Amino acid sequence: MSEAEIKSLEAQFDAKIARDEKIEPKDWMPEKYRKTHIRQISQHAHSEIVGMLPEGNWITRAPSFRRKVALLAKVQDEAGHGLYLYSACETLGITREQMYEDLHSGKAKYSSIFNYPTMTWADMGAIGWLVDGAAIINQVPLCSTSFGPYARAMVRVCKEESFHQRQGYEIMLSLCNGTEEQKEMAQDALNRWWWPSLMMLGPTDAASTHTEQSMKWKLKRKTNDELRQQFIDQTVPQAELLGLTIPDADLKWNDGKGSYDFGEINWDEFWQVVKGHGPMNKKRLDDRRNAWENGAWVREAASAYAAKQKDRKKEIAKAV
Amino acid sequence: MKQPIKELNPKFLESTQNKEHLINYLLGVADNYLILGQRLGELCGHGPNLEPDIALTNISLDMLGQVRSFYQYIAQLRGDKSTEDDIAFLRKEREYKNVLLLEQPNTDFGYVIVRQFFFDVYNKMFLNALQQSADETLRALAFKGIKEASYHERFSGDWLKRLGDGTEESRSRVQEAVNDLWIYTDELFQTTTADDAMIEAGVAPDMSAFRDTYYEKVKELLTIATLDIPEVAYFQKGGKEGLHSEHMGFILTEMQYMQRAYPDSKW
Ligand SMILES: [Fe+2]
Ligand SMILES: [Fe+2]
Ligand SMILES: [Fe+2]
Repeated sequence: MSEAEIKSLEAQFDAKIARDEKIEPKDWMPEKYRKTHIRQISQHAHSEIVGMLPEGNWITRAPSFRRKVALLAKVQDEAGHGLYLYSACETLGITREQMYEDLHSGKAKYSSIFNYPTMTWADMGAIGWLVDGAAIINQVPLCSTSFGPYARAMVRVCKEESFHQRQGYEIMLSLCNGTEEQKEMAQDALNRWWWPSLMMLGPTDAASTHTEQSMKWKLKRKTNDELRQQFIDQTVPQAELLGLTIPDADLKWNDGKGSYDFGEINWDEFWQVVKGHGPMNKKRLDDRRNAWENGAWVREAASAYAAKQKDRKKEIAKAV
Repeated sequence: MKQPIKELNPKFLESTQNKEHLINYLLGVADNYLILGQRLGELCGHGPNLEPDIALTNISLDMLGQVRSFYQYIAQLRGDKSTEDDIAFLRKEREYKNVLLLEQPNTDFGYVIVRQFFFDVYNKMFLNALQQSADETLRALAFKGIKEASYHERFSGDWLKRLGDGTEESRSRVQEAVNDLWIYTDELFQTTTADDAMIEAGVAPDMSAFRDTYYEKVKELLTIATLDIPEVAYFQKGGKEGLHSEHMGFILTEMQYMQRAYPDSKW
């Protein structure tokens, strides 16, 4: 293709997105669009399945039947999200196996929030409330993103994430209506998850690299700082309702701008965890690698069996 | 061989001993679901691929759903303030009546599938027969559970075939699981005093009548899966009488942790 031809394809492509039409896997797309989407969607898929681990950690210890069943179902939903997202990503010409390899080698990233440990039961509440809450803020705009399979996957995912968030908040509510010890457990969880949740909305706009391109492709509608503000404004009243204190001495309602002012985020910690040195980075990746490696013989058996069945069918067809 | 259902004499449960027997019988049934559900819950997020991970979690959820109905019925029979959670989380080792098979660890995916299959074949037959119970609640629970039990049996049976007739490695691994777990199958057909009393009353099906069919079915599938049928001189039993393996204490330690650490709290 000549350069002029590519230019004209690109112009048509941009116009299509500007008209709010979806890009489908068979459509022509710039290589950069494909690569960016593979990176983002696979990263999102990895976040779903790595995200199963911190909460999966509490399934066997959940304090009641009701909570155990709800937690199992939630973690299973995350597996489902992973599945939709891997499928969406596969339409861009990469296999699930390749994506796993990239995760296991450290080439592909996943959300840093899952590199913190779940120490107490209250963490199940805090994660649902704050982490799923921040995820929704990040993801709702993606329901109308330009790449069709991603947008459709996100519509399903977001519905379930809102349910998770309510469920998490409800866990917090039970704790806050409970004994002194339970309230302390809830406050401690909020203290530990608050700042990492704010970091989930991404680096400040000044430090963020891909924003402009992402806006054009509708991978982003608002900047990280706008999303973070939205999250804080929505969450502070919820914490008040629980009777919990947000661990930020500088948090204060600002009448003039109609939103909260808040304290300085520890970006050193953010980058430390992103670069692989958070408290649980190694454990999370080890768990994923182990599950994959220990499952190799099972996957091989399944494909060997499927191949044998196919041969048998062929033989039967020949004999008839 | 379906016989017309004879309804339970309404006076039956007025006898303390009958009630006691029924409760113990129900615990024997329900604890199987609890312990298997708990074991499967350990696997969530660690499966060999997303699809079987999701499927095993589904089975775990079905087990927990089933056990809750049974415990709720027990709580109702007891007529005190006990809840499903007290029954699940606050007993001591010797008071759990699950069979030994289900407390066996998730050694690898082969063990998980074989344990599941050995139980599923039994469970489907059991729920089928329980639909003829003289007890109305149990008939309803059996009816509710049978569809998912058939699905579980198909799932574990299909995987057993894949693993047995897959690669050399998978065959030898799953054969080892079959050999190791075979000794626990007979206990499924053992009865306790409470069981005998409930069989006598028409509340419980007499599962010993299904023993041969059970082994026929299991052996048939093992053969299709190109696996050898183990020959053993002795079977293990004890779980139904509260005589558990060393695994049981650890299962309970984890499962009961919150209820023990924070007594009388609401969650
Ligand atoms: Fe998500
Ligand atoms: Fe999710
Ligand atoms: Fe979620």
